[in-house]
Amino acid sequence: MRVTVLYFAGLREALGVSRESCELPPEVATPQQVRAWLRERGGAWATALAEGRNVRAAVDQVMASVDAPLRDGAELAFFPPVTGG
Amino acid sequence: MASVVRVQIEDFDVGAELAALRLGKPEVGAIASFIGIVRDLNVVAGDAGSQVGSLTLEHYPGMTERSLEAICADASSRWSLIDLLLIHRHGTLRPTDQIVLVAASSAHRGNAFDACSFVMDYLKTQAPFWKKETTDRGERWVEARDSDDVAAARWKTEA
Repeated sequence: MRVTVLYFAGLREALGVSRESCELPPEVATPQQVRAWLRERGGAWATALAEGRNVRAAVDQVMASVDAPLRDGAELAFFPPVTGG
Repeated sequence: MASVVRVQIEDFDVGAELAALRLGKPEVGAIASFIGIVRDLNVVAGDAGSQVGSLTLEHYPGMTERSLEAICADASSRWSLIDLLLIHRHGTLRPTDQIVLVAASSAHRGNAFDACSFVMDYLKTQAPFWKKETTDRGERWVEARDSDDVAAARWKTEA
């Protein structure tokens, strides 16, 4: 399945990427699994997406739990806890 | 009940916005509002405070509007409101600039006060905005506060 992955704020800066299209392996089907899969890239990816880091996810522009199912063509976003208002 | 959400770079005129909420609406008995403003000093843990020169708000276009509309819809289902207005700015702001306006009109004050408070508490934890400060010691992303999660959580039991 192919998904669009977006990164925001400090995470975007740490990774140097704001948006990419990813072809996911069959066993990668939730935000948590995508995060672990991205960590395998190493370097900034391993650091910024490390398990202890507070990273939130949204699927199709709605806050999502780490085990929410992804669909082909989904828009998945990773970002730090929000600080608006 | 109408709710209006605006996400914009431009400033807003609180007086004009509040006047519009009651114009031609004799059923409005109360308007409560909240205005969030950029401060010149942000104190973080282990730091006496840095002078903030500017604040840049990044957001997630699309999700921002959806999440704010969902928060307003939630507020409208919890309290009897006549109108609900939510304006949130993005881009680069300076101390004393306005960031956010929430205004609720209702027949009586209780609903309007509670709705404003709820919208702000939920916005702080659910709306995809991120603040980056430029201070006299450089740039830094503002950290989320645990107290905001606590504030949002209280509505789960109260309403």
